[in-house]
Amino acid sequence: MPAALALIAGLGVALVALPLIGLIIRTPWSRAGDILGSGSARTALRLSLIVATTSALVGLLVGFPLAWALARSQFRGKALVRALVVLPLVMPPVVGGVALLSAFGRRGLVGGPLYDVFGLQITFTVWAAVLASTFVSFPLLVLALEVGLRSLDVRLEDAASTMGAPRWYVLRRVTLPLLAPQIAAGLVLAWARALGEFGATITFAGNLPGRTQTLPLAVFEQLQTDPGGAIALSLLLVTVSFVVIVTLRGRFLQTR
Amino acid sequence: MSLHVDVEVAVDHFRLEAEFVAEPGETVGLLGPNGAGKSTLVSVLAGLTEPAEGRVELDGSVLDDRAGHVHMNPEERSVGIVFQDLLLFPHLTAEDNVAFPLRARGVPARDATDRARMLLGRLGVGERANARPAELSGGEAQRVALARALVAEPRLLLLDEPLSALDVQARGRIRSLVLETLRTFPGVRLLVTHDPMEAAVLSDRLVLLEEGRVTQTGTPDEIRRAPRTSFAADLVGVNFFAGRLERADEGTGRLVTSAGEIVVAWPSDLPERSEDAIGVLRPIDISLHLQPPEGSARNVFRGRVVGIEIAGDRARVQVDSSPLLVAEVTLGSISRLGLVEGTDVWASFKAVEVTLLPP
Repeated sequence: MPAALALIAGLGVALVALPLIGLIIRTPWSRAGDILGSGSARTALRLSLIVATTSALVGLLVGFPLAWALARSQFRGKALVRALVVLPLVMPPVVGGVALLSAFGRRGLVGGPLYDVFGLQITFTVWAAVLASTFVSFPLLVLALEVGLRSLDVRLEDAASTMGAPRWYVLRRVTLPLLAPQIAAGLVLAWARALGEFGATITFAGNLPGRTQTLPLAVFEQLQTDPGGAIALSLLLVTVSFVVIVTLRGRFLQTR
Repeated sequence: MSLHVDVEVAVDHFRLEAEFVAEPGETVGLLGPNGAGKSTLVSVLAGLTEPAEGRVELDGSVLDDRAGHVHMNPEERSVGIVFQDLLLFPHLTAEDNVAFPLRARGVPARDATDRARMLLGRLGVGERANARPAELSGGEAQRVALARALVAEPRLLLLDEPLSALDVQARGRIRSLVLETLRTFPGVRLLVTHDPMEAAVLSDRLVLLEEGRVTQTGTPDEIRRAPRTSFAADLVGVNFFAGRLERADEGTGRLVTSAGEIVVAWPSDLPERSEDAIGVLRPIDISLHLQPPEGSARNVFRGRVVGIEIAGDRARVQVDSSPLLVAEVTLGSISRLGLVEGTDVWASFKAVEVTLLPP
């Protein structure tokens, strides 16, 4: 490899590594135990885990039929639907939050009638945090599942049906097990994305400790008052993400 | 208990018209070149493709009837299929693959597994029950696929190119297993193949399928005697003798067929007798003479030329001997011997030229 290339590549690595090293160096290790053990940090972490896990599962439930439709059926406006599904991935999350507000806010398209008729309010509840996280993360699941469904040999499912297997049995014993790697990869990716979600959540769900204040929101708030604490919490998030990547590499993303 | 097929199928721009009957106790070979519509027909019988017209009836129950708006779904049919690419479930062990058709029909796991294991044992792969398809050899995978097709005791057994994926060595062993399986299967049995040789060896009756149409039906011998298309004529290209193999004198044996007997070289690893032996002879190994030939050939048959088919500088000559023979000779020989239809000739070939298929 030419020296110039190696230098630029090294710069690329440094771009990612330096902030991480800074994070590790600047962490107030003497207080780290107290900060991470504090009630507010633990509440935020627990909420983050609950929200991310729920979003990933809701995403799977909604994403699977959608991926099925995109991979296996022909309908008008399919290209439009696919573009729509991918949009949250490229849209600025804060815009996503504003969009969610205009749909599910108290005066929103759906949120308005829901509030007027049933007295139900979504904003500023944990469900808003879940909805925001699902909005930004489920496209990842749909994409992973669609790729999986496309690469699956339909003849295996056909063969299963000639063996007397009704549709649901084929789904349960053939389709889903064969899709397991893609389902797992999609779940982990969506979960990681949901765990880091900030913009849509703070816009749509607000920043209420114990209800909608997830770990990234807690980091942001702590940064105003206690930068050291924010750094310690950040390191916690990085660690969780890192574990996810390592798991992914080992199990699902076969690298040569 | 029989299979009646009379359908028209339209897939994209391809049209298939097929009409045939298969009775239990006979193996019907659906023989045709690639693109003839064999896969489409398999798909129709499986219930995966609905015919555009016509009827399929198995054992008195209607599987498809366009006029009556009947289409039985694949899972409701009693059909056991060995697919061309086997299509074993890669995530299941051999045993779970075989148990699948039983489990799908609600047989309890214990029962299903027991029956699967027993069948795998009977087909000689009992010790591979816990292996996944990726760990099986070609021959083993074929046996597992066969077990899976048989386990639910279907009324129709359908083998789609059962030997095509195998190497030559495995092919011999699996061929005998397939033959044995077909013979002992009580229901309707269909064999789909593009290989005339395989079709002739494994089937009692052939249905020739070309370009989406049935071009000829009959026993392999009937088709050999009067091929109606060039593809059918390819069948003529194989001399094959099925019958009882007995040891004769030193180093030789007798293959006794219903149409006469031939002398073959005795392979050292064979038992004293074999009931279901098959000998194959290439037409090019038969020589024709106007006088009783002198020389070492052990097989000499008298017969009358009943057909001459010229291809390039060679000709295939059918001789109405017992057994029926087809020789391939040069055009030079034809003119030197003055062969025309009706000429009386002597056909001879050496015992060692007959290849015995593993019985």
